[in-house]
Amino acid sequence: MNKKATPTTRPFSGNLDAASHTRGQSLYLDDIPEYAGTLYARAFSSPVAHGRIRSLDCEAAARAEGVVRIFTWRDIPGENQVGNIVPDEPLLAEEEAHYIGQPIALAVAETAEAAEAAARQIRADIEELPAVTDAREAFRRGQLLAGSRRFEMGDVEAAFAQCKYIFEGTAHTGGQEHVYLEPQGAYALPREGKVFIHSSTQGPTQVQRAAARVLGVPMNQVEVDVTRIGGGFGGKEDQASPWAAMVALAAYILKKPVKYILSRHEDLLMTGKRHPYDSDYRIGLDEGLNILAYEATFYQNGGAAADLSPAVLERTLFHATNSYYVPNARLTAHCCRTNIAPSTAFRGFGGPQGMFVIEAAIHHAARSLKVDAADIQQKNLLEDGHVFPYGQVVRDSEARRCWMENIKRNDIAALRDEVRQYNASHQFSKKGLHLMPVCFGISFTNTMMNHARALVHVYSDGSVGISTGAVEMGQGANTKMVQVAAREFGLRLEQVRIETTNTTRVANTSPSAASATSDLNGKALQDACGQVRERLFGLVREALGLSREDTIGLRDNTVRVNGEEQDMSWQQLIQLAFSRRINLSAKGHYATPEIHFDKTTEKGHPFAYHVYGTAALLCTVDCLRGIYSFDAAHIVHDFGSSMNEGVDLGQVEGGLAQGMGWMTMEDLQHSPEGRLLSRTLSNYKIPDLYSVPAEVTVHFLGSEGSERAIYKSKTTGEPPLMYGIGAYFALYGAILAFNPEAPRLYHAPMTPERVLGLLYGEKMRGNAG
Amino acid sequence: MIEFYLNERKIRTDAPPGAGLLGFIRKEQGLKGAKLVCQEGECAACAVLVGALKGDSVQYRSMCSCIMPLANAQGRHVVTIEGINGAELTPVQQAIADCHGSQCGFCTPGFVVSLTGTLLGGRRPGYGQLRQAIDGNICRCTGYKSIERAAQRIAEELPAADYGLEALIREGYLPAYFRDMAARLAAIADPTRQGLPEEETASAAPLFLGGGTDLLVQAPRKVQHSAVQPVFNQPALKGVREEGGRCIIGAAATATDLQESELFQSVLNPADGFFHLLSSTPIRNMSTVGGNLINASPIGDFTILFLALDSDVRLQDGRRERTLPLKDFYLDYKKMDRRPEERLAAIEFDMPKKSLCFSFEKVSARRNLDIASVNTAALLEIGGDGAIRTAHLSAGGVGPIPMYLRRTAAFLKGELLDEELLKAALAAMQEEIAPISDARGSAEYKRLLLRQLVLAHFQKAAAGRVDVGSLALPG
Repeated sequence: MNKKATPTTRPFSGNLDAASHTRGQSLYLDDIPEYAGTLYARAFSSPVAHGRIRSLDCEAAARAEGVVRIFTWRDIPGENQVGNIVPDEPLLAEEEAHYIGQPIALAVAETAEAAEAAARQIRADIEELPAVTDAREAFRRGQLLAGSRRFEMGDVEAAFAQCKYIFEGTAHTGGQEHVYLEPQGAYALPREGKVFIHSSTQGPTQVQRAAARVLGVPMNQVEVDVTRIGGGFGGKEDQASPWAAMVALAAYILKKPVKYILSRHEDLLMTGKRHPYDSDYRIGLDEGLNILAYEATFYQNGGAAADLSPAVLERTLFHATNSYYVPNARLTAHCCRTNIAPSTAFRGFGGPQGMFVIEAAIHHAARSLKVDAADIQQKNLLEDGHVFPYGQVVRDSEARRCWMENIKRNDIAALRDEVRQYNASHQFSKKGLHLMPVCFGISFTNTMMNHARALVHVYSDGSVGISTGAVEMGQGANTKMVQVAAREFGLRLEQVRIETTNTTRVANTSPSAASATSDLNGKALQDACGQVRERLFGLVREALGLSREDTIGLRDNTVRVNGEEQDMSWQQLIQLAFSRRINLSAKGHYATPEIHFDKTTEKGHPFAYHVYGTAALLCTVDCLRGIYSFDAAHIVHDFGSSMNEGVDLGQVEGGLAQGMGWMTMEDLQHSPEGRLLSRTLSNYKIPDLYSVPAEVTVHFLGSEGSERAIYKSKTTGEPPLMYGIGAYFALYGAILAFNPEAPRLYHAPMTPERVLGLLYGEKMRGNAG
Repeated sequence: MIEFYLNERKIRTDAPPGAGLLGFIRKEQGLKGAKLVCQEGECAACAVLVGALKGDSVQYRSMCSCIMPLANAQGRHVVTIEGINGAELTPVQQAIADCHGSQCGFCTPGFVVSLTGTLLGGRRPGYGQLRQAIDGNICRCTGYKSIERAAQRIAEELPAADYGLEALIREGYLPAYFRDMAARLAAIADPTRQGLPEEETASAAPLFLGGGTDLLVQAPRKVQHSAVQPVFNQPALKGVREEGGRCIIGAAATATDLQESELFQSVLNPADGFFHLLSSTPIRNMSTVGGNLINASPIGDFTILFLALDSDVRLQDGRRERTLPLKDFYLDYKKMDRRPEERLAAIEFDMPKKSLCFSFEKVSARRNLDIASVNTAALLEIGGDGAIRTAHLSAGGVGPIPMYLRRTAAFLKGELLDEELLKAALAAMQEEIAPISDARGSAEYKRLLLRQLVLAHFQKAAAGRVDVGSLALPG
């Protein structure tokens, strides 16, 4: 292995797992060696989107070769329930099925192939009931998963009365399949009455809780362990639980190891995706293009069970005004129950859906007023002292700095001229340019989830082992944790080992989500290391006879006093501490201060801080064929004081690509009967090498950062995804250059079909709105 | 009994020839570097290199092991990431690690395999070739730019002076055992290589198995449990050649074989970028022309191309051979004029004269590695007087079978080309097609799209003679 020594003075850049990743030696769930006698599970799921289950015939399946047992809800010793926020999701359907792909029974067999064959032989007699797949239709029928919410600020009606210009319309954003490359799955091992679960999850505690509930045992009887996961993006926040609970059930009852890894086909069919949204907007501006009033109503397609939908809905409202100050706002959201797989968390968590609508409203206004959308955007950017519709006062806004830096650095004015000239001189090829500002709040919006713990052991030889609640899924959480411990102790990264994420070492964790992982876990780890360090410093003070005024430090494996290197290495200090029976382990804790939110008034201060940025996207549309490519994306992003530029840059570039995919090609389609049409990766396309902009530049805005961010290094996970929204409007710009009369259509994704429809004004399927 | 090398080890196995190679590698051999993600060749997280003896060296191609039948490994050198690893990171691995080209890591071994495979072509690849080599590798985390930066660095760092296998071994790109693989492969009796008669299967209607890119996607279990007759490596079914003005292509020729054939490339319009629109590098390395035709998909890219070239197919049943026009081969959705025991042997067509313009057009949701919403090809000859001397036109995605647009072609042929004629032909074409709405687009979209793409054919064939711009806007 090439292990380059990492100096402690210069911030590390990159992912510590990269070397083993490139060698194919990193362990994922399906790479863990199996115990002899391992059994394999496979779910039988509902073939209809809505129906009453009259009977279930498992006879033939149970008798099939290699089959050990078929489980139904009747075999569940505890509660048949995996719903987290709302208990509305049975692990195995009982009397009714609510979506195609809903698990009804579980076949367990000696081989995966036998389990698959057995599941195919299960027959369900289901009386079909009418299915609803459309959010607005569900709302009309009163099908809601949770209470509707409304954020309100100022006097909206009075403000609209003052507005010179008012525009209203509708918008739609489609769902999005996560396509984490590693599919969902879990492997459960019975251990002296308790169950040990290897799970591919972002939320080990969530899996533990769900499995304990299903087994009817206390949480201390379930241990969950995660080495790393091959991508999550929110899809394994709550939705990793059912598979883990299934294998736990089978392992607990059969007293055998049981494994279930979903095939890609099952994963696409059975798991929830990003929420599709239908929305209405009304925007009002004064003569000077200031946004005076904004009203939006969101119909969220939550699928068949609540899952995380109420929380996702809430974040839509938090981000409905994006980076803009809107003094008078009324934002309403409905969590609609339909007959598709329960929609779930996906990078951005409802924020992107809210932002798309106000960007559409601004685009609508700009087009009607014959100004550039950027004129309205720039005019209304958030400044310190402004208030968000949810009551939080804007502090340390970098919205305008990111915007201005972008237009200066990338000479957007010259770029606009180039686009204009290009469009004037090309008949069937047109370019579009759009700026997309983003403001994203950091914290779980559910205040009680904003806490974490970490465990640190300094071994007697001076090496360090750490455990946190963070799950490594490519976002570099493990690397950042190692960086924290190394920095706190003045060590090299190689001296610190991060262990698996395990519920017995760090309990009651929040999932690795909400971009909060490195802040929460990093600060808890900082606390743990700080405790050990203080004990060590006490010892140094005593051993070297120092006074209170002397400052002690740890750097480059050496003890320092008042900045001077001492003749005492880290290893010597640890040996001394060990011989003096000093506790070299500590458990740290962190709970984000200041944040609060009152759901009765819908006001508070829910976010530790906000992340800002602006992207400029440039595209070219082939106006004969209706196809397109992206020339460039130029981003100015507020990283604060980045603690790992390689990881953070990767988050921005990757988020951009994922957001562009959602806005352009990722077209999740259901038939009216609730059947997923895009159910293979050959007809659900995610960006490939050629889909991303030919040129991507990312400028790190020099900013102070936030005390609430670990080392003032602002978190980067989710915000960059929303730069992708600019892709929709860049394409629209090119289309309008060809066909100024193109219909108004805010219906994402902007597939080649929609592009051609807009270019030629054809009335085509799916384009109403 | 299948015999091959897996990395440094010789494998002899009785596993079913129709079983997927990836399952064998991961489950039977315990090599966990190649990942199972899609089971349909869409992502190359399972990429392996497959080396075949060519003369005294080994020619390597990247393939998706999830859909590669074990049978096709016979006599080959299969290389997984474990077979590339050395004591230190290879420069390819180091570049990816240093350029932050790996996040969750699940796709990473596939990228390393694809990139390393490109180094083995004998000539020093540039950045463009390295980038093209990963056109079938999907990454959901990075957005690819960091991987492109790694590819750039690899291109810059490759040894220049004495580029070749020895230099690659010396510089740590490959383990030393690669040096011995040609000799080791030569020692494996390979019936396909030696041109021995193929084993006759007992079944009267055997399952002919090509690259696996369709059968192992659609029905992997069935293939695994069927008596299969592998044709992928049959010399008699390979190759692209010219005989008496006819271009003859063996049914087992891969897309890559065609891509590398100067003869075949001379037929195409380079600006169309046909092979770039046609799947990805590993799939082009696996997919056969015959498979594309026999699959009978209404949107098969090769089928559409060959229809416009007015091709004939040769069918054999072991005793007799018959030839029929491709345009008569497809009867109805997935129904062909073929008896179960008949095998497609070759496809052939008259090499187009230089005065003819060939054009291929395809639009899909994603530009590359995607199935067409509509594809179409045309072979047109427009005389100096403006008369249309030759008109062959095909279209996919607009009916239950890949369509040869007989009536539209007949409408055009012999007529004087002008805007009025073209307009009328486009209207006639709408009568001839019958697209349906599905996941790849609405029927209305496909109608409009085909119209645009046929205009694109004429833009290429008759620029200056017809004003495509004035016709593009419908109505």
